[in-house]
Formats: sequence, C-alpha cells, structure tokens
Amino acid sequence: MMEPTPTSQTITTDGFQLHPEDEAAMREEAGHYEQPQAACIEALKIVQRRHGWVPDGAIAAIARVLGVGPASVEGVATFYSLIFRQPVGRHVILVCDSSSCFLTGFDQLLEALAERLGIGLGETTTDGRFTLLPVCCLGACDGGPAMMIDDDVYGPVGAEDLADLLEGYS
Amino acid sequence: MNSQRQPPVYRSRLLQPASERKPETHPLTWRLRDDGRVVDLRDYQSKDGYRSVRQVLNEHDPRAVIAAMKEANVRGRGGAGFSAGLKWSLTMQGGDMPRGYIVCNADEMEPGTFKDRLLMEQQPHLLIEGMILAAFANNARYGYIFLRGEYVESARVLTQAISEAREAGWLGPDIAGSGFDFDIAVHTGAGRYICGEETALLNSLEGKRANPRAKPPFPGQSGAWGKPTVVNNVETLCNAPAVMLHGADWYQELSGDRTDDGGTKLYGASGLVNRPGLWELPIGVTGREILDRAGGLRHDRRLKAWLPGGASTGFLLPEHLDLPLDFDTVGKEGSRLGTGLITVVTEDQSMVSLMRNLEEFFARESCGWCTPCRDGLPWTVKLLLALERGEGEAGDVELLDKLAADCGPGLTFCAHAPGAAMPLQAALRHFRHEFEQGVHYPKGKAHADPIPVGEV
Repeated sequence: MMEPTPTSQTITTDGFQLHPEDEAAMREEAGHYEQPQAACIEALKIVQRRHGWVPDGAIAAIARVLGVGPASVEGVATFYSLIFRQPVGRHVILVCDSSSCFLTGFDQLLEALAERLGIGLGETTTDGRFTLLPVCCLGACDGGPAMMIDDDVYGPVGAEDLADLLEGYS
Repeated sequence: MNSQRQPPVYRSRLLQPASERKPETHPLTWRLRDDGRVVDLRDYQSKDGYRSVRQVLNEHDPRAVIAAMKEANVRGRGGAGFSAGLKWSLTMQGGDMPRGYIVCNADEMEPGTFKDRLLMEQQPHLLIEGMILAAFANNARYGYIFLRGEYVESARVLTQAISEAREAGWLGPDIAGSGFDFDIAVHTGAGRYICGEETALLNSLEGKRANPRAKPPFPGQSGAWGKPTVVNNVETLCNAPAVMLHGADWYQELSGDRTDDGGTKLYGASGLVNRPGLWELPIGVTGREILDRAGGLRHDRRLKAWLPGGASTGFLLPEHLDLPLDFDTVGKEGSRLGTGLITVVTEDQSMVSLMRNLEEFFARESCGWCTPCRDGLPWTVKLLLALERGEGEAGDVELLDKLAADCGPGLTFCAHAPGAAMPLQAALRHFRHEFEQGVHYPKGKAHADPIPVGEV
C-alpha cells in the first residue's frame, strides 16, 4: 500500500482543484480506520457534496490523498450507485422501485414524475434542476410508494402531491 | 389561494401505543415515545439505559455474556437466523490474537424491510449499548455502524447519540470504571444492496468494491483488515442489553410455547394492507395476527400470496397464515423468515409482473462476481418481461426453472443468487399457470402491456 501524500499544497489533478477543506475532511475520515483507503467512499461523497458529482480529476486527487491507485478509486466510484460520475441536477430524486412500492403504485408515481419533469429514469431536466433515479428499497415500505428528494424521504406519494412537493426544491 | 396539501413526509413509526409496551414484554420498544421523538441519553438512562453495560462490564466475564446469548437463542435478525451467541463463541480471541471489531450491519435494504430504521432513528442508545456488550464479549477494540447512505436521519441521530454516550463515559477509555475501552464510528455507504452481505460489507468498509469474500475464513477469524470481526444486524444487537439484564430464561419465555426461538421480533406488513406498519411481538406469532394488526387488505381485496420476510424469501400462500413465524417453521415450508416483515400480494396483482420486478432488482444489485448471478439474473428478467407481455416462447417457463436452479445455494460465493432464486422457485411452484399464460397468450394481442391478471 502506498503512503498517503502529506498535506503540503493544494492538490490539482487534470484541472480539478481539491478544496483544502475537503482534503482536510478526507484526512480526518481516514483517521477512523486502520487503512486510509477505507475513507474512499466518504472522500467521493465529500467531493460530491461540493460539486454535485465526481469529475475525473477528483479521482486522481482522492487517490493521492488516500495513498491508493486511481484505478481502485475509480473502481469504487463506478461500483456504488449513489456516487455520480457524470453531472446531475441540483436536486436528485430517488424513486423506490422495490417490491412493496411496486405493489402500492410505483408505476403510477414514476409515470406522474416523468410527465411532470419531462424526463425518464437516469435523466436530468434541461434546466438542470432535477435528476431522476431509481433506488433500492428505501426502508419506507409502510409509506409506499416512497421517494427521496435530496435528503428528504416522502411517502406515500400520490401523483396529486407532486406539484407542491417539487416546488420546494428550486 | 387554495389551501396547500401537507407534503407526505415519511416518518418511521411503531403502531403500538406506549400503554401496550412494557419493559417485561417489549425489550426492543418499551422506551419509545408515542410522539416518535428520539429517546435521548437522559431519557434512556432514566429507563434502565446502560444498566446492562455497567453490570456486565464490572461483574461478568465475556464468556458469561456469550453463554447467555447462546442460551437465550437470539437468532440473527438480519434474516439469516444464525445464533448470535454461537457466532460470538467462534470469534478468535485471547493469546496473541489482536483485538478486533464489532460491525453493526445497518445496511437495511432488503425490499419490504423497514425495522432497523425505527430502532436507529428513535432509540440509538439501545444499539450503542448492545454494541458495547458485543465488544466486551468478543474483545473488540472498535465498532463501526455500517449504515446505508440513504438513511440520513439515522446517521444524524446516531452521530449525536455516540457523542452523548462518549461524553457520559459509556464510550471511550475505562467504560463505567471497568477498565474496558471501546468506541464507535458511523460509516455510511453509497448504495448497493450487496453491501448487506457480511463479507461484501467488510470489503465496502475497507473502501473497496462490495464483492463478497470466500468463507472460510469467517469474519470471526479474519474480518476487517484481517482482524477478528463480528458482524451483527441492528435488531440482533438491540436484544443483548435485555438478555443480560433479565437473563436467558426470561428472554426464552417471551415467545412462550410458540417456538424454540427466544424473544420478540419487530414484525411488519406492507403492500395493499389498510394499516401498513411495525409491531414488536413475541417471535412465533402468525401471519394472520400480523395481517389483523394491519387491518386486513385494502378495499376488501383477497390475499393471493405473501413474502414472509423480504424479497429474498419464498412466497407463502393464504393457507400458511396460521403457521408460527419463526426461523425453522418458515424454513420447512421452503421459504425463510428473513427479516420478518411481510409483503402481501392481492388476488388482482400479477405474480409474473411482481417476479419481473423482483428479478430486475436482483439483477441490478448483483455485484457481478459470479457467473450464474451476473448472467443468469438478467436472463430471468428477459424471460419474465416476455411472459409478462404474452410474448413468451415454448420452453421459457422450464428455462426459468433451470436458471433458478443454477442460482441455488452453493453455486455462488454469497447468498444473493439463492435469494433471487427462492421467490422465483416458489412463484413457479404455486402460480405456474400465470407464467404459462405468457406462452399461450394469443400473439399480437398484448405486446405493449402486461396481460391483465386472470385472463386466458
């Protein structure tokens, strides 16, 4: 295992500049584990919180901070569904497509969302406001059909709820 | 302006009022507040909280804790049903063995399951107390709560509770004056169902792709960073404090003569029931009792089938409603208790469409490590999509049998593929005619839409 790069100057890779605060947060996270690599998912999330997604340069930057190869960071980034390797909208809608929601109205909810937003799953509205993604069972089955917008969980969501609900996210 | 509708904000809740929940019968939930707010440190301590830790760490031997857990027969509440005490007894410790880890599996993602969320969002200190006891029993130096990334509220509540506990001396060095030290960090994930598999979870914890590991060695021998590691579900760990406080016999008796399994269980119901929800009940209650609590099916629909404990359990029929829902009884019916939260399917819902939905889930969530899972599951989706639309070919149903058999236990590294096969095999066994309709349906009639249930 490679040694993590010591903090010295701002890390810039492929035109991506790692924010010093983010780098500090990654190093702090890495301190919670026997090996700094364990902070990899969190490091990706730290970048994502600032930029909305994870640009190419961030992969190399994280690799340098954690002392691992960029391939292993990229391997992790592309494995986990909540790490975005392409730009997403300002708000991400995660709509639960698992069994309990499927049985309580997922199809109708998705159709209503698609109609209102003019996009399908995996797409972003042209104004860059929303990205619509499917998600594994949200653990809100007693409120199915359920969905999340950013950090907020909603359910049961009817088509008639969407207008007011989406308005809260500019 | 029209009055605005209330946004349908989701809140985890238990559908049992405080008046029904007693310390002697509801070890998991008696402290929960009717208003659903967090039981904070003060509240928790005023209700016997951390008494178990104080007593055990100062008066007991780790071996006594393991023995009590074994005798109480606390079976893994994440769905596998493995005895927690037995698991703990297999952890390597003593001699030159380094101190290892307690990892709480809080990656609740089994479709139909929403129980651990309640325990974490409303009563975080019970989990922390359970983890301290597990750490003491297994000589662990540090604990991680591996929490799915979407459980934002759980992360917030747990982080707050951990710092409260640390400040009060329940975490850190010399806990309760016992000389034992232990601390906990919250580790949040970023999606992928497979992280709930215990060895995939360890890879994910180490910052790698969540592929499962070969067993042996088991985590208790070589887990996180090669150290002895115990992975337990949230609800399992939450049982430990009461077992230690009141004893194995008391715990065993909670379930009465319903079953040999001890204690209570968070049971639940979802799907088209009138009152979907969660209840803490003696382990071994029947599906009928849970359905009654859920107020029966909506609009007087009739029950067609039910999943006893999540997407990876086999379908049961209405005739199974009077069986005790414990690990062994449900196992004998070709299914599994799983997480114990039932999903109901009503007579007007298509088994083929539901199976397609389930296999889409399993196919998407396969980590891709093993061929039967990586290639077999998308193939089942393709076949089910065709059958759903009446475009199936002769032999498709038999091919589904074959694919399900190829995903069976022992043919892949982990239980993901067998979990995908179990509901498919049960559906093919009980509802074969629905699948065969997809072959015999007049071609050209239904290509765009699923065949209406009950046609042909």
